Amino acid sequence: MSRGEERGEERGDEREARSPLQPSDRVTSVPPSGIRRFFELAEEMDDVISLGVGEPDFSAPWAAREAAIASLEQGRTSYTANRGTRELREEIAAHVTKYGQEYDPDEEILVTAGASEAIDAAFRALVNPGDTVAIAEPAYVSYEPGVRFAGGDPLSVPTRAEDEFVLTPEVLYEHGADEADLLVYCYPNNPTGATMDREEITAVAEFCIENDVGVLADEIYAALTYSGDHASIATVDGMRERTVVFNGFSKAYAMTGLRLGYAMAPAEVIKAMNRVHQYTMLSAPTTAQYAAVEALRSCDDEVAEMRRQYDRRRNFVLSRFEEMGIDCFEATGAFYVFPESPWPDAGEFAEALLQEEGVAVVPGDAFGAGGAGHLRASYATGLGELREAMARIERFVD
Amino acid sequence: MDERAEILELLRENARYSVADLARMTGLDEEEAAATVEELEADGVVRGYQAVVDWSQWTAEPVQAHVELNVTLDRETSYRDIADRIAKFSEVRSLRLVSGDYDFALEVEADTMGEVSRFVSEKVAPVPEITQTVTHYIMDTYKDDGIVFDDEDDDERLSVTP
Repeated sequence: MSRGEERGEERGDEREARSPLQPSDRVTSVPPSGIRRFFELAEEMDDVISLGVGEPDFSAPWAAREAAIASLEQGRTSYTANRGTRELREEIAAHVTKYGQEYDPDEEILVTAGASEAIDAAFRALVNPGDTVAIAEPAYVSYEPGVRFAGGDPLSVPTRAEDEFVLTPEVLYEHGADEADLLVYCYPNNPTGATMDREEITAVAEFCIENDVGVLADEIYAALTYSGDHASIATVDGMRERTVVFNGFSKAYAMTGLRLGYAMAPAEVIKAMNRVHQYTMLSAPTTAQYAAVEALRSCDDEVAEMRRQYDRRRNFVLSRFEEMGIDCFEATGAFYVFPESPWPDAGEFAEALLQEEGVAVVPGDAFGAGGAGHLRASYATGLGELREAMARIERFVD
Repeated sequence: MDERAEILELLRENARYSVADLARMTGLDEEEAAATVEELEADGVVRGYQAVVDWSQWTAEPVQAHVELNVTLDRETSYRDIADRIAKFSEVRSLRLVSGDYDFALEVEADTMGEVSRFVSEKVAPVPEITQTVTHYIMDTYKDDGIVFDDEDDDERLSVTP
């Protein structure tokens, strides 16, 4: 048998064993989300009060919705510029000056279909196969798969409860992040509700400069900071050129379903991200862009009111956990608290709580290392339901 | 926002919040929260607590009417005098002096249309200073005291999300 025939037989064997629509190794190497099981369990049950929801219970401000409706009535249903409408990019540039961020709307801002798309585009634009991306955990569940989809190697950097889940140079060195190419983190944090002040951010910035690490800073919860002002690492000296900032309209403006986010970074980075974006998304949803312009122009009062409501609920939930004797550090941002699990295995506790009392909270390890032994409870739910949920949790742990 | 304003806003949102809940939400201790509520009541800022009722959900739906009143004042009679006289009737749910085409806006409630009509024609219209009444019967209520009356409050969000 000739060598060519041998190869042909081998190929034939492979074809029999492998469907042409077999999912790629890259995709199958990523495990399903740790919250899927809870989602399925919760969906099967009646009378569940879910504190597992990671989105506002408010609707987008009416003025923003009206702008979206008006844009449809006017027939504005075409693609926009890949980077988003100039009007929106200008509004974003003006808006982020409140965090001390200065970006050129022409070159340094990219409007995306949710901050999630911006994060994915950044991974694909910046990560080479084999690059290491350090992830401050516990973290939003999409970072690690995003890194893997881009061919990179995620490196878990678990923050510690004793540090109030703040990222420190010590913990970065401890886990070898000084060898990483990029660092991705989210503050105010999902799932812990932790925030970082300027001093803490500066310490991480110094680490990144010293070790030549780029930063992907997810600031989607920036508007939901309850003590002090939001501090962005991109505003620390020497960091602007090595940072991509993500933000969006989902959390602050309760526009999750409109899918609109943005990235801000030096022109070359935005250009590279836009290359990914233009071949996958073309442009962010047009209707949502009109809503977003109006949101930025005229909805500060609604955002302030939503933040006030979240703050009250946060106080309420923290106080109730304290009354139950459940340790819970004081979350100062986003709309989550991250109490310690009353049982050693948070997954078992969450499942039993769901099945016996019909309250859904998410085990902390679903968000990666550093989350083990904790539970994420969202307070983006009306106070009446929160009160009932906390009463049920109290009954369950008694 | 100061403590009184914060408590007042919460009570307007839901007058049935317990003192413990008010304390938890504002970060006050319970004694402080209770004292603030008492202070608001004593100062006459909080005048009472009532349920906002969607009468269409109730078996015996009362008849409600909005009544416009025009008055002519003389040297001895003030708006306050007229208001005091009308406000004492139990049929009157609210009474406000307003600017515009008429002087007083009156909310009237009774068991039947006949009762409302008789009340307006026999008790209100004969007041000497009142020169005109216009009665608008309320046909349906969609929002009252800041609360929207609809039944579409199902939470359609995913029960667990990232």
